[in-house]
Amino acid sequence: MEQPLLDVQQLTKHYPLRAGALHRLLPQRQTPVLRAVDGVSFTMAPGETLGLVGESGCGKTTTGRLILRAIEPTSGSIVFGGQDITALHGPALQPFRRQVQIVFQDPYSSLNPRLTVRQSIGEPMLVHGLASRDEVRHQVNAVLEMVGLSPEYAERYPHEMSGGQRQRVGIARALGVQPQLIVADEAVSALDVSVRAQILNLFVELRQRLGLAYLFISHDLGMVRFISHRVAVMYLGQLVEVGPAAALFASPLHPYAQALLAAIPRIGDGSVSMFDHTERLLAGELPSPIDVPTGCRFYDRCPYRMDRCRQAAPALRAVDAERAVACYLHT
Amino acid sequence: MTETLLEVRNLRVAFHNEDGMLRAVDGVSFGVARGEIVGLVGESGAGKTLTAEAIMRLIRCPPGRISGEVLYRGRDLLALDEAELADIRGKDIAMIFQNPISSLNPVFRVGAQLLEAMTLHLPARRRTLRDRVREIFTHVGIPSAERRAQDYPHQFSGGMCQRAMIGMGIACTPSLLIADEPTTALDVTIQAQILALIRQLAAELGMAVLLVSHDLGIISQMCSRVLVMYAGQIVEEAPMATIFHAPAHPYTRGLMACIPDIEQVPARLGTIAGVMPGLRDLPSGCRFHPRCPIAEPHCAVAEPALRALDVTHRVACHLARRE
Repeated sequence: MEQPLLDVQQLTKHYPLRAGALHRLLPQRQTPVLRAVDGVSFTMAPGETLGLVGESGCGKTTTGRLILRAIEPTSGSIVFGGQDITALHGPALQPFRRQVQIVFQDPYSSLNPRLTVRQSIGEPMLVHGLASRDEVRHQVNAVLEMVGLSPEYAERYPHEMSGGQRQRVGIARALGVQPQLIVADEAVSALDVSVRAQILNLFVELRQRLGLAYLFISHDLGMVRFISHRVAVMYLGQLVEVGPAAALFASPLHPYAQALLAAIPRIGDGSVSMFDHTERLLAGELPSPIDVPTGCRFYDRCPYRMDRCRQAAPALRAVDAERAVACYLHT
Repeated sequence: MTETLLEVRNLRVAFHNEDGMLRAVDGVSFGVARGEIVGLVGESGAGKTLTAEAIMRLIRCPPGRISGEVLYRGRDLLALDEAELADIRGKDIAMIFQNPISSLNPVFRVGAQLLEAMTLHLPARRRTLRDRVREIFTHVGIPSAERRAQDYPHQFSGGMCQRAMIGMGIACTPSLLIADEPTTALDVTIQAQILALIRQLAAELGMAVLLVSHDLGIISQMCSRVLVMYAGQIVEEAPMATIFHAPAHPYTRGLMACIPDIEQVPARLGTIAGVMPGLRDLPSGCRFHPRCPIAEPHCAVAEPALRALDVTHRVACHLARRE
C-alpha cells in the first residue's frame, strides 16, 4: 500500500473545565473534563476526500483544527507525508503549514475586510516564499482564474462581493500556497443551494486538476455523499463508523449512522412522509461530552443496546478491507 | 372544495430608504386551506420570511409598508386595528421562528412564559392553566414536564426550546401555524423529531401549517402543496408531486438539480448561474431572466404573470407549457 498522506492515531483533545469555588475548596475532587475528541484514528490517501460527518458538538471541527495544528492535542499523533508533526513547533512547522490549508465556513468573517482580494491571496504566498513581490501579481491572477473569478476581482474588497464569490476567494487563498490537503470545515454550509452547488463543483474540479485531498467536514449528508470517497461518522468525540461513501450510505452498520441517514429529509414527490413513521426516528439528544459514560457513548439512544455495551466501549474495528465500525453488533 | 382559511391577495412589502423604495415582497397571492400543510420555499433574500411576517403584521411600519389583502376567514388582517389583531395573533394564528433559543425570554422560566401566552387568550383560572402547561409540555415531548416548566431557557437544548415554542404556539389551539425555518438551527436527528411533532400536531388539531424553508427535502416530506419564491415573487405553485415530477419554472428545475441526493450521485451537480439579484438592482422583465438557461429576448422586457397551467399548477414564466 502506498504511504498515506495523513495518518492520525488516537488523537485526543480534552478541555479541563475551570472548576467552581466549591471545587477549589475540595481539592481531592477531579476537575471535570470535556472530551471534545477522544481517541480518533484514521488515514487519508493522497488525493482522497474524506467526509467527516456528525451533529454539532460531536468534535468534527476540533478534529479539523487538531490536524491543522491550530490547537494542541492532549495526546495522540499526526503523521503527515511520513513525518510525525505532532511534536513540531515554530519554524519546524512551516513546511507543514503550507501543505495543509483550511477553508472556513463563513465567507464573511474569514476574509480581512481591510485587505483587497490580491492582498489576502498574495500574503501567504510571500510568507511561504513561493513568489517574489514581482511574481505575486501574476500568481494571484492565475489562482483566481482557477477558482472561476476574473483577475479584475483582485482589486476588490470583500464587502463588494457576494457570499459565493468570497468563498471562491477563500479557496483561492488556500490554493495559492499549493497545499496537498485542504480542511474544508462546513465550507459551503453558509451558502444558498444554487451557489453551494457551484462551489461543490469547483471543489471537484480542483481535486481532479491538482490532485488535492480534502477533509470535508459537514453536517449535510447529501453534500458529503456527493463529494467524498470515504466517510467517517463521528459521535460524541469518537468515530463510530468509517467506510467508502457509497457502501456506508447504502448500508450503514452503526446504529447511529443508520439513524443519522434515516433522518435526512430527501426530496420526494410528497406521496409518503418519513415523518409519519416516528418510531423509526432517533429519540433523545446528543449527551454532554462532559462526564461521558464508560460504555458505548450511544448506549442511551441505541435501539439495539445490550448489557455488554454499558460495560465497555466497543473499539473501532475493521469488518472488511474497507469498512470499520465501533459496535458489538458487528465486531 | 375545502374551506379556505387564509387567503393572501397581492401582498406587497416595501421599504423606504434614502435609495428610494425597495420592493421586498411584490404581489404575492396564495391560499391555505383548513388543515393543509403548505410549503413556502426559496433561497435567502427571496422574501419568504417577510411574507410570513407580513401575514402576522410583524413588520415595523414605517420604514416598511404592507399592502394588499390578508384574509383570515374572510377578515382582512391588514385592515384590523391593533386590539383586534392582538386577539387573533397567538390565538388563531401562531408563529414559530428559526432561532428557538432567542425566541424565549432568558430571564423568565419557560413554564411561566407559556402560562403568560395562555392567560392572554384563555379565560380560565391560573390553576387550571398550570395543569394545561404541564399537559402541553408532555404533548410536545418535553420529559418530566413538571420540573422542566421551572427551568430557564438556557437550561434547555435547542430542540427542547423549539418544543417549548411549539407548545406556546399550539397552547390556544390555533387553526394556522406559521413555521419560519423551524429546524434550521437544529441538528438533523433533532430536526426530524421536531418536524414529526409539527406534522403530528397538525393532524391531531386539524391545524393548517405554512412552512417556510429553504430546504426542498423538508418541504417535500412535510407539504402537500408548494409555493416557490424568487426575488420577492411566487414563481411557481403546485402540488409537491408536480414540483417533483414536472416542475415548470426554470428556477424550480434548477433548484431541484442543485441538491445532491444520497442515492443517485452525479459527477457534477446542476447549477444555476449567477446569484439572486439584490432588491436595489432587480432586472427588468422576468426577474429570473439573467440566470435563466432558456430565456428569450422577450423575457427581458415583459414581466410574466403567475398563470394557471392547470387547476392546481400555476407558474410565472412566458415559456412554460403544459406537459
